[in-house]
Amino acid sequence: MLDDFFIRALAAGIGVALVAGPLGCFIVWRRLAYFGDTLSHSALLGVALALLFEVHTTLGVFAVATIVSLALLVLQRRGGLSSDAILGLLSHSTLAIGLVCLAFMTWVRVDLMGFLFGDILAVSVAEIAVIYAGGAAVLGVLAWVWRRLFAATVSRELAQAEGLAPGRMEFLFMLLMAMVIAIALKLVGVLLITALLIIPAATARRFAQGPEQMAVLAALAGVAAVVGGLFGSLEWDTPSGPSIVVTAFALFVASLLPLHRLLGIWNSLTRSASHDD
Amino acid sequence: MLTRMDASSTPLVTLANTGIHRAGHWLVRNVDLVVNWGEIVTLIGPNGSGKSTTAKMALGILAPDEGHATISPGVRVGYVPQRLHIDWTVPITVERLMRLTSRLSKREIEDALDGVGIAHLAGSQVQTLSGGEFQRALLARAIARRPDLLVLDEPVQGVDFNGEIALYNLIAGIRDRLGCGVLLISHDLHVVMAATDKVICLNGHICCQGTPKAVADSPEYRLLFGDHAAAALAVYEHHHDHRHLADGRVRHADGSITDHCHPGDGHHAAISGDATGLGPSEDEVVPPISKGRHA
Repeated sequence: MLDDFFIRALAAGIGVALVAGPLGCFIVWRRLAYFGDTLSHSALLGVALALLFEVHTTLGVFAVATIVSLALLVLQRRGGLSSDAILGLLSHSTLAIGLVCLAFMTWVRVDLMGFLFGDILAVSVAEIAVIYAGGAAVLGVLAWVWRRLFAATVSRELAQAEGLAPGRMEFLFMLLMAMVIAIALKLVGVLLITALLIIPAATARRFAQGPEQMAVLAALAGVAAVVGGLFGSLEWDTPSGPSIVVTAFALFVASLLPLHRLLGIWNSLTRSASHDD
Repeated sequence: MLTRMDASSTPLVTLANTGIHRAGHWLVRNVDLVVNWGEIVTLIGPNGSGKSTTAKMALGILAPDEGHATISPGVRVGYVPQRLHIDWTVPITVERLMRLTSRLSKREIEDALDGVGIAHLAGSQVQTLSGGEFQRALLARAIARRPDLLVLDEPVQGVDFNGEIALYNLIAGIRDRLGCGVLLISHDLHVVMAATDKVICLNGHICCQGTPKAVADSPEYRLLFGDHAAAALAVYEHHHDHRHLADGRVRHADGSITDHCHPGDGHHAAISGDATGLGPSEDEVVPPISKGRHA
């Protein structure tokens, strides 16, 4: 069944969406969208270094993203620059260094567009295995730290005072983000990964009463975006990565519609219709 | 875990000569504070006097730059911070807020919310609560944990007056029932609860400390608040023996002016037992006049 490239793409996309949704909720709650961008931009440097040292790309991306997270922590602690200035600095520097490194490595032929915008249709069975193994690990750790990480998100001081070690939770969360970016790279590429993390979570917000519910809804919205985007790209021959993001965005816009009111109108219409009978 | 029996002799938290230094000056300094099991300690003082900073040292949120802060190991803390902003992006009901840091049964949640009078709001989104309701929810959350040490940073802000008295009574009741220690912060210089065992007046350092004097029999209070309210209220009769001048210097009752003030530096009158600094003398705190405009 996994022979067909389209089925493989669906399997890979759904796997990533299931992990990106819950993690994306924390990115939205903690206002870390720009941090996500920085990590994903650094992924290109990870790719370059992985090719240079002949290690698995996912590993290279994960390592570089982790180093960038740590660099951010160190620079923040030193003070002097605001967080967004540091993020901007790291984000574009790592992207540029990655591009320059790839240009130097004349002996390797890389599909740069593939890394920038993703190449989900070329995903292999081995890569799907990496996505599901890595994704399961991320979801496992997230479930394990969920309560503590959420408490630290609501109030760091409260979590600290009541003994939940928010610093450790935040560090783990950075590692999880680095890991998701590493496994999602193939899907939508360096420039669009953050969209897959944030948009489904933003869509889920409107319908969620609690954090756990929002995480589940975000995962579902992500899956819907992947399925819709891939079928759309098949139908209209559009690039698959961007199509997934466009679908996610369309779902978000739909979530803004006054659904309750539309539902009310629909109900009154059907009621009056049954009245007429 | 500690059992109350073994631990009753060790203080829950001890600050020994602690201070926090930020951006070139001391937010608080020379603070000695002990909270024992079953004791309610109230910190009072004007804005910017270091009350919250002191509480944060006691909680281990801020590490002191000077001196030592010791929290007895295994102590279960319940904290109501002075400010807590929950972003609109976070969907959270009162019921989920209750379970933020501890696993609680439905029954425990209902009881705690009932205690603070907002049982009907369990299913409401936290961001839709009024200031007073949110404050009650935070208090319920801290209490429901059955803490050994309850740290309350202006827990009744935004609560109406009658509610305030009810909540103070509730806090005293919790102390009696759980035998926990309570560190309470109030910006209110005049009204502190009758159950307070010790009042510490801060203004960058400990100005004075002692037992509050009950005013149930004070005719002015009965007139003002009624018999019922008067029973729950106390005025901490307190006089400073020095003034903090606008430039940061200190003028003592004997007329001398110094850069700092420390108990036992010879300028303070009537230092004795648990009523340090309660001697009859002039005084109030003079706020630095133009400070805010430059900031």
